[in-house]
Amino acid sequence: MKQEIFVLIEHLQGRVTDISYLMLAAARGITEKLDGNVVALLLGHNQRALANDLAADRILYFDHPDLAHFTPGAYQRVIGSLIEENKPRLALFGDTSIGVEVAGPLSARLNLPLVSYCKSLQVENNAIKFTSQICGGKLMAEGELPSPTALVTMIPGAYKAEQGRSVTPGVVVQASVPQLDKHPVRFLQYIEPETGDVDITKEALLISVGRGIQSQDNLEIIQELADALGGVVCASRPVVDQGWLPATRLVGKSGKRVKPKVYLALGISGATEHVEAITDSEVIIAVNTDPLAPIFNLAKYGATVDLLDLVPALTEAVKQATVKA
Amino acid sequence: MNLIVAIKLVPDLVEELKINEEGNFLDLESLRLRVNEFDEHALEQAILLKERGAGRVIVIALDGEGVEDALFTAAAKGADQVIKLTGNTMPLVSNHTLARWLAPVIKSLQPSLVLTGVQAHNDLDGPLGPLLAEYLDLPYVGYVAKATMKDGEVEIRKEYPGGLAAEMEIDLPAVLGIQAAEQPPRYIAFSRIRQAMKTVQLEERQIPDPFIEEPIAIARLFQPEIGERAEIISGDVDEIAARLVDIFTDLDLL
Repeated sequence: MKQEIFVLIEHLQGRVTDISYLMLAAARGITEKLDGNVVALLLGHNQRALANDLAADRILYFDHPDLAHFTPGAYQRVIGSLIEENKPRLALFGDTSIGVEVAGPLSARLNLPLVSYCKSLQVENNAIKFTSQICGGKLMAEGELPSPTALVTMIPGAYKAEQGRSVTPGVVVQASVPQLDKHPVRFLQYIEPETGDVDITKEALLISVGRGIQSQDNLEIIQELADALGGVVCASRPVVDQGWLPATRLVGKSGKRVKPKVYLALGISGATEHVEAITDSEVIIAVNTDPLAPIFNLAKYGATVDLLDLVPALTEAVKQATVKA
Repeated sequence: MNLIVAIKLVPDLVEELKINEEGNFLDLESLRLRVNEFDEHALEQAILLKERGAGRVIVIALDGEGVEDALFTAAAKGADQVIKLTGNTMPLVSNHTLARWLAPVIKSLQPSLVLTGVQAHNDLDGPLGPLLAEYLDLPYVGYVAKATMKDGEVEIRKEYPGGLAAEMEIDLPAVLGIQAAEQPPRYIAFSRIRQAMKTVQLEERQIPDPFIEEPIAIARLFQPEIGERAEIISGDVDEIAARLVDIFTDLDLL
């Protein structure tokens, strides 16, 4: 009896999100060891083409005008009935603004166990194990995923999106959509991200600041360093929430996902919502006065001095090196 | 209208996190708790809605170290009623358990809107909001960064990755998972908190039953491997700066 692993494909503005491909890779890792099938679940309206590069054994495509944009009610209805009917071994969801809103309510509604912040899945002695990253990245939790059906929300970091893409995608089956009743939550419109500022997702050198910057005035020395290095300043959530930098510079779960050659993380602790957006950086260099800051688990180089002391010295050293060259 | 805010005490990450002898949970003796930061945003958003005329703010939290400080601070910030949920023996319980305990108490308060932080860093079994909504049989939307009350509805801004957002409207009553309040959580002088401690009545309600549901068993809890950590550059700031310049040069940045 083949075990099925469902993966909820997330898409926004005509593109499948990276986490969807990562989950397909995680699911494939399991079905390769256990006799199973990876079943991708794609919900939308006139969006069948999004299935074209999904690496899955089967893709169930649900088409309905009410599925044109994500709404929790419609998604919960479709996925909930599917899980009840088919009783998959696992259902994977992104730990995101979409996935959590389906997995969480369904866990309570269908009385199914839910594991969150999951970074990777492994098979050991025929059991499926999860490894989750909690407490801001300071702790890892491992355990077995309960039978017969478990729900998982996943974060990036252990798999690459390429592993979930395929030029020969799975068979696409148009599935019947259950009755979608009027729901208390209604989508109105999108608010597009601001444009007109530099696109940090295209930058090779990012100088990123977090809470350790302490005040808006200190951004001046950061900009000087960025100018000396030819890089761009960006930030984690606390800095943007204060209004010290615009939302276009936000790196994190709700902000941009970046892939620079070098990511200089200054005064950033390394909370999961932030680091999940920088895992594609080639080299991360972190400066934080807390030697136990989780950012140091991801960084290649680090220093445990105060960034306010280091940055002026670094700017000076960079300027001198540039003069010499 | 009643705006209910559910706040949670979570392990304080500033302190070193110690693991118990069995290696499967935090060492409860050395555990220090603080209010979940996203719950502080939920409280701030509720107070903002109250200031715009939406109604009364009621804050509820499970008993634990620091819960009274947290509730009196909420009162000092503008909460009209603060409630401590008592009868639990463990300082940390699964969100499934906490949601099950909170739901009947919150229901008895006749909520129009329930606000809680979108997540907490120890949410191994998923965040509180969606579970609480389900047990209350109410709709839930998370990653909310703006909320405006309209007639019988709340209009919200839901955040997506990359700076994209969606405007949605939700029939009340509803549950919101707050990502960020419309302004950073306000600072409150300790003198105001002290005054609240003298003047505000902290109510207590009992949890419905002490059964703790732990749907997920942790086999092993550990700190990430030392071997995977960064090469720490030592010395004074000038020495560190010099080494970084070498690294930048090797990477063809200079």
